Amino acid sequence: MDATAPLLQLKGIQKSFGHIRVLRDIDLEINYGEIVALIGDNGAGKSTLIKIITGVYAPSAGEIYFKGERITVRDARASRALGIECVYQERALAEQQELWRNVFAGHERTTFLGFLDLGAQRRETEQLMRTRMGLTSQAITVDSEVGGLSGGERQGVAIARALYFDADLIILDEPTMGLSITETERVLAFTRSIRDHGKSAIFIDHNIFHVYDVADRFIILDRGRIAERFEKSEVTREKLVETMVALHDAGTVSLI
Amino acid sequence: MTSATAKSPTRAGGPSFFHTYRFQISIITLLVVLYAVFIIRAPGTYLSFNIYRSFMISIPFFGLMAMAATFIVTLGEIDLSFPSIAGFSGWVFAATYVNTSSFILALVLCLVVGAILGLINGLLVTKVGIPSIVATIGTMFLWSGLVNVVTEGRGIPIAQITAAPLHSLFVGELFGQIPAQFLWFLAGSTVMGLIYKRHRFGSHVLFIGDNADSARMMGIHVDRVKTLCFVTMGVSAALSVVFILNQLTFFWASTGSGYLLTTLAAVFIGGTSVFGGRGTMIGTFVGVLIIASLEPGIIAIGLTGFYTQFIYGLLITISVAVYALMLRRRD
Repeated sequence: MDATAPLLQLKGIQKSFGHIRVLRDIDLEINYGEIVALIGDNGAGKSTLIKIITGVYAPSAGEIYFKGERITVRDARASRALGIECVYQERALAEQQELWRNVFAGHERTTFLGFLDLGAQRRETEQLMRTRMGLTSQAITVDSEVGGLSGGERQGVAIARALYFDADLIILDEPTMGLSITETERVLAFTRSIRDHGKSAIFIDHNIFHVYDVADRFIILDRGRIAERFEKSEVTREKLVETMVALHDAGTVSLI
Repeated sequence: MTSATAKSPTRAGGPSFFHTYRFQISIITLLVVLYAVFIIRAPGTYLSFNIYRSFMISIPFFGLMAMAATFIVTLGEIDLSFPSIAGFSGWVFAATYVNTSSFILALVLCLVVGAILGLINGLLVTKVGIPSIVATIGTMFLWSGLVNVVTEGRGIPIAQITAAPLHSLFVGELFGQIPAQFLWFLAGSTVMGLIYKRHRFGSHVLFIGDNADSARMMGIHVDRVKTLCFVTMGVSAALSVVFILNQLTFFWASTGSGYLLTTLAAVFIGGTSVFGGRGTMIGTFVGVLIIASLEPGIIAIGLTGFYTQFIYGLLITISVAVYALMLRRRD
């Protein structure tokens, strides 16, 4: 492991499906302890890029380095083992299961012969609830079914779980979609907590205002290319919106 | 376990005991009400030990299969082929015993065949990608059809098996009163019950049945867990038929058939959800007791056997309706 290398580095990533080139010449770096926003219209290639990072798709060309080492990720399980975790709003948790069962899914604490250490799992879940999940409601305990939590609370559980099991890079795919204002605030706070723990995040969202609040850097994708990169210090929210609108209009014109 | 529960963090306003165990409480109430009716209407029958002894003989014939089926239903899958697996592995047992006079060999081959047939179901579902209801309709006909082909419909008498020393290990009587197969059933049910809610494997089954995508992302080996559940079903069917054959000392070409709907009824009366991700082994256990008690109970209280199916239907429909309403109230 090279200590000076960025956490994640993509070099010359290309992806085609048949004749359609979805991603071209993607070079990007994610450093330790930063939140990078990935923005762009529908069809810009955001989700394809995420699927390449998490091993769902193999790139057609290009190289991926994680902690300085070149990696090829075969599936979601392999990327998770490396320390890359994707938090999807709908797919993260099992709704009918207790909170503690969700937290430890795939990471069970066991005593002997694979029997669960219920005491430890419930204790650690309780600890996580108090310190990291922001679950303060008296109505929620470690035995509550996850289906009873709000959308924001679920994101909190998924993010806290990823951090607890040492994910280095957490990818948040449209985490504020469909959430109320308070719920959104909650999710943005969870996202900041990733950076506070010295870990990194890729934050994908349509809402420039949410993105601007939380991210350190912005990468704008447009029709499969990286169109712009900004540090937070060099761009205002208005400038970011203008850039997006300009790209959108350019795209519309070129289509006509 | 006790110390863990005692120290367990609980807060005011969390799920109450009644809420958490509402399915188990409902079915145990049903069992108590049924037995109250039976005892009041037919005290002579229901206050004597004989009827319980006969229950203990016959319950293990399908009880273990119901426990194993609970895993499969919890996955959101179904297995319709286990009676045929029992039939075919039963033929293997009887034919091997008749030809070699070796109880051990017959037992081992029977269980191995049960495991292999379960494995085939599992692979058809996970690797070939056939929905389990379709795959197991196919294998249901396949294995019972194969029994017909190899036996040409003829049975195999195995009366001499009562002399085998291992015979009493399976269907003998402890203290001359407790049928051995019932102890096997209790032991098997306890192990499966513990695995269901308190073992990593059971946790994975619940998680997969609830949200297979999420389970996959959490690194759970979804296909492997599913396949193992079908293998467990096959082995349970094979073990059940060992009890049946040792008790009846005769193999019929139709052995095993007739257990499909009663077994699944026990699972559903017990409160396990056909949508997956939710169920209880205590529920299935009590469901087995209820299903096994109904027919003799109906006759003992003075109704004719014509009522049996009607009352089965009544109880199944009412209990699944109650469970559905309980789940809807939660939302």
